[in-house]
Amino acid sequence: MIPLSWYLWLSAALFSVGLFGVLARRNAIAILLAIELMLNAVNINLVAFWRYLTPGQMNGQVFAVIVLAVAAAEVAVGLALVISVYRRRQTVVADELDLLKW
Amino acid sequence: MHFSEAMPAGFFSLAPWIVFFPLLGLLVNLIFGKRLPERAIGWIASLASGAAFVVSILLALSLREHAEGTRVLLAEWIHIGNLRLDWAFRVDTLSVTMMLVVSGVGTLIHIYAIGYMHEDVRFKGDPGRYRRFFVFFNLFIVAMMILVGGDSYLMLFVGWEGVGLCSFLLIGFWYDMDTLGRPSWANSNAAKKAFVTNRIGDFGFLMAAFLMFWSFGSLNFDEVFAQAPLLAQAMPGLVIAITLFMLLGVSGKSAQIPLYIWLPDAMAGPTPVSALIHAATMVTAGVYLIARSAPLYVTVPAAQYIVALLGATTALFAATIAVGQYDIKKVLAYSTISQLGFMVAAVGMGAFVAGMFHLVTHAFFKALLFLSAGSVILGLERGHHHLAHATHHGKEHDPHAHAEVFDPGDMRNMGGLRKRMPVTFWLYLIGTLALAGIFPFAGFWSKDEILADAFREGYQAVYWLLTIAAFFTAFYMGRQIWLVFFGEARHEAAAHAQESPWIMTAPLMVLAALSVLGGALNLPGLHSLTSWLEHTLEMVHPGEFIFPVAALSTVLALLALGLSWWVYGRRPLVAGQVDPLKQALGPLFIALENKWYVDEGYWAVFVNRYIALARWLAEKVEWAFWHEWFHDTVLVRGFNFLSQKVLHLRLDRQVVDAFFDGLATLTGRIARRLSPLQNGFVRSYALMVLSGVVLILGYLLLKG
Amino acid sequence: MTAADFSLFLPLAVLLIWATVLLIVDLFIPKERKGWTASLSALGLALTLFLSLRQWGETASGFGEMLRVDPFATFINALLLLSGLGGVLLAYGSIRRHGVERGEYYTLLLFSVSGMMLMAQARDLILLFLGLELLSIPLYVLAAFALPRLDSEEAGLKYFLLGAFASGFFLYGTALLYGASGTTLLSGIAQAWSQAGRNLFFLVGAALILVGLGFKVALVPFHMWTPDVYQGAPTAVTGFMAAGAKIAGFAALWRIFTEALPGLAPDVTPILWALSALTMLLGNLLAIAQKNVKRMLAYSSIAHAGYILMAFVPFGVPQVRDVALAAGLFYLITYAITNFGAWAVVSALERQAGQGLELDDYAGLGSKAPALALAMTVFMLSLTGVPPTLGLIGKFYLFRSVIEAGFYGLAVLGVLTSLISAYYYLRLVVIMYMRPGEPQPVANPWLNLTWGAMAILTVLFSLIPAPLFWWASQSVLR
Repeated sequence: MIPLSWYLWLSAALFSVGLFGVLARRNAIAILLAIELMLNAVNINLVAFWRYLTPGQMNGQVFAVIVLAVAAAEVAVGLALVISVYRRRQTVVADELDLLKW
Repeated sequence: MHFSEAMPAGFFSLAPWIVFFPLLGLLVNLIFGKRLPERAIGWIASLASGAAFVVSILLALSLREHAEGTRVLLAEWIHIGNLRLDWAFRVDTLSVTMMLVVSGVGTLIHIYAIGYMHEDVRFKGDPGRYRRFFVFFNLFIVAMMILVGGDSYLMLFVGWEGVGLCSFLLIGFWYDMDTLGRPSWANSNAAKKAFVTNRIGDFGFLMAAFLMFWSFGSLNFDEVFAQAPLLAQAMPGLVIAITLFMLLGVSGKSAQIPLYIWLPDAMAGPTPVSALIHAATMVTAGVYLIARSAPLYVTVPAAQYIVALLGATTALFAATIAVGQYDIKKVLAYSTISQLGFMVAAVGMGAFVAGMFHLVTHAFFKALLFLSAGSVILGLERGHHHLAHATHHGKEHDPHAHAEVFDPGDMRNMGGLRKRMPVTFWLYLIGTLALAGIFPFAGFWSKDEILADAFREGYQAVYWLLTIAAFFTAFYMGRQIWLVFFGEARHEAAAHAQESPWIMTAPLMVLAALSVLGGALNLPGLHSLTSWLEHTLEMVHPGEFIFPVAALSTVLALLALGLSWWVYGRRPLVAGQVDPLKQALGPLFIALENKWYVDEGYWAVFVNRYIALARWLAEKVEWAFWHEWFHDTVLVRGFNFLSQKVLHLRLDRQVVDAFFDGLATLTGRIARRLSPLQNGFVRSYALMVLSGVVLILGYLLLKG
Repeated sequence: MTAADFSLFLPLAVLLIWATVLLIVDLFIPKERKGWTASLSALGLALTLFLSLRQWGETASGFGEMLRVDPFATFINALLLLSGLGGVLLAYGSIRRHGVERGEYYTLLLFSVSGMMLMAQARDLILLFLGLELLSIPLYVLAAFALPRLDSEEAGLKYFLLGAFASGFFLYGTALLYGASGTTLLSGIAQAWSQAGRNLFFLVGAALILVGLGFKVALVPFHMWTPDVYQGAPTAVTGFMAAGAKIAGFAALWRIFTEALPGLAPDVTPILWALSALTMLLGNLLAIAQKNVKRMLAYSSIAHAGYILMAFVPFGVPQVRDVALAAGLFYLITYAITNFGAWAVVSALERQAGQGLELDDYAGLGSKAPALALAMTVFMLSLTGVPPTLGLIGKFYLFRSVIEAGFYGLAVLGVLTSLISAYYYLRLVVIMYMRPGEPQPVANPWLNLTWGAMAILTVLFSLIPAPLFWWASQSVLR
């Protein structure tokens, strides 16, 4: 059986990829996707922990499902915001949102 | 993994391919379709559907040896607590019958659509939508196969919603125009109406599913059916509730009273869609659902009676409306509702084999009728096009520039097409005779079996309703034949109509052959379909042929055809003439023309009431009472008095604090140095957060 | 769900149902009559407040230990619900004038408040996460509520992107704690800690949770969204967000660390110390350079997060812990009252959305609208911590408990930064009274009520702080 640590490393790696995406991508939608990647990396963690530590209880799985639902809600709000920004500014590049500074 | 079942015997392991093949076709067209020629797209889609048909045949062959069927597990899906649901296919005689119909008739309609859509997209002026059509069409086959192949109510529901989606997409296929090609939202409104109405039905389905899960702890067919008799004894009310909620779902999908209103509007979709989805397959899903749930229904006779009566009422009701329609497809739409009523009545009475039998034959001849109607419509379009070309000779041609709006589906514009489109005429005639139930066409046998079962099982009301409906059926079909194909052309376009190409007529001939011979599936005495389905539906038993019933229905059908000749054939309609039946019946016929005002009634009873209530709340309660009186008078005046007279103290005070000036210059300078950090960029803020994380984690880890 | 569970859950359930029903009811309220929605939402908050206060004194857990009612939760809930009421008042007094009156505002606010309450009551990581998101997602939308305005949109999107980013860290932290202990219950985590002892999962998990919540309450260096969002969001939203999100975030922080991870104190205390110091320092320094009042108050609110966190630094010192926590709770009241007053004044001067927000726009207010200027002066003094205001009392309790626990450096830093902050707070007072100008404040009854009442409370409670402090010290976590 695959040891638990593999999953944890995979999850950490995915999380880092997401982190890198947030920092490196200029497109707001890409940043959003990167954030989703981070959340889902955590989901791998949750499910792996559940499977290996407490397979008899439901909480890890339930947590993962709730995270999925919440992430979906977040994306809905986020995309709506991106679209409304795009409508008026014709851009989704995060660095061009700099009316508010200093 | 948990492959508890033994490897399926024979070809059973191929079962998932009924879904995978059309899925493959869909993906190929979706990904490569842009670079493929039109014909290739159509043939790929047809082949994908055809391959599913071949798989269905192989499954059927295996079933001949292992009639008990099997369950083919594809993947685990949901395992929560005691809920276990899998992606699994149930291969038994009932589901394979449906698969054969869906993929067989579906393939023929795919092939027909290659020719039909080729012209349709050009008349509507957007050839780019050709590919989209076939992608949707294959998607429909995928969803329908999931619906009929699933082994649990949840998987059935996935397919159920999938076909609903495809129906929505295809009704609104020409979403930016009306059926005549003028810019309008009429078609997308029709699609919306279908979708919303179906949601009401879906509510019923879901309620039934929840109740089942609550009471049986499972949604698997086998587990539910195993417990059904016990529960029906302990809590009959619950089972009745389940079956009646399910009936609501059926009335949405299979267009029964009270939710049938979407189906006539659904004719806004291209004709192959009407044939495949809204006549042959999707709308019969409700019938399949009841047949599949037979073990549930037989435990509650009361619910069965309601189902049967609802179906029979719908059958008669819709048949009467069909008499008053002028649109060639609308007549067929109401006819479909009526025939679905026959099937629902049959499965309601417990005559599951008769219902399924009629489902199969109806798929043959109604698909034939719809496709032939499409052929007629295209023929008229071609004639009209030809005409426009002739008159605009020399000028730049624009297909949308005709001053007169021409409706190629209006039977008042037709007449005399027998000579212009002979092949289509004969095909249409075969379909008509099959639908009217004339011996020895397929419709005769299946309809007669339903009537005989109703008669034998003592469903008096149902029997008479259906018999009268059958009379009307023959009448409106006769009316259609006389109006469309006989007499003289009532419009220039009809006078110049052209026959359709072979790619459209060839599948029609296959369907025509099936409409003639389809009765052989379950001939009295042989009962081949009954013994086939017996393996799945244990409670069915072969019914005997009852001669008086058959004779009465045949005599009535012939009488109706004769009557239609007397009204429409004896003195053919000429251009601009009022329907002779309208002169004879007066207001009654106007009510038929207006579909008994059901749509208007729904508006008056539900929609308008709702709007009035909202308006009353807004104007009287909210505005007059709350805002004007309570808020403006009581609250605001009271508060203004309080704040201005009582609280508004005149205080004046100056604060000078020079003490801080020294500190100020110093800190001010630091502050201005720091503030460019706040550069407004989201990503640098994120970087700051990350650096905080790194610092904290670094501290914790290094500290050890 | 037993009846006992239900009675614990009642205020939250009532608020959630109320919000959902209001969402539907609002559809039938015509656009120009949204006053009804506002009143209904206020009614819902008041009802919930009543139900919540009835639980005062109770200590019980329900839903398998997942949800908790104790004086701490009741205290926080009451504060949150009052903040919600403040948010409704601010909004009703301003959003119509700014042309962004839509009924959803009030519903979203109710949902956000319920998320906050959930955070205060949750004793389970799943519920905490759920509460955090239920708090945040409506706030993202609210920040972007003045939609046609570019800056509001930008604020919403920035807040969203960074908020989601931070909740990723929070979530990772909860996952690690779950992995370390095999349960999501706070009590279970504490047990697992006492059995397994210190390990990497606990450490990293706790740190990441600190980051996620630190973002919500705007601790340096997770604060950078705050000025931009506070400036861009509609003023009413900013006022609500500044109080509510902070209260809820701190409540969750306190509960997680005291109930689940008391053993981590030696590791976490230096981090908390540093965060608190940095936050006070940077928040106050950066506020000085601001010319926009909303932005200045945003930095002020960052600085106050540092002060509030100060109360939490001694959580590993058993004999001081309760006193410090009581001081922190007291400071939350102080902050909430002053905050709402100040934002109401800002709102009153914001004639049109986005205008009248520069410091210079306040010139001449002292002679033009003396009462308003006086109220603003009281709030500024209170934020600085000068008598006779509530701010002084709050800081006094805070610094005293920190000194008692032996963190002298932090206390000195607190006093010093307060002095720095006097510069920009009093500059506004100077501008109001000593520079000529023609400000045109809006006399809206609801805004008048908000700033008037808050000013009176700020002074009144500074004279008789004892009942409030008694209440706060009864409400500490045990």
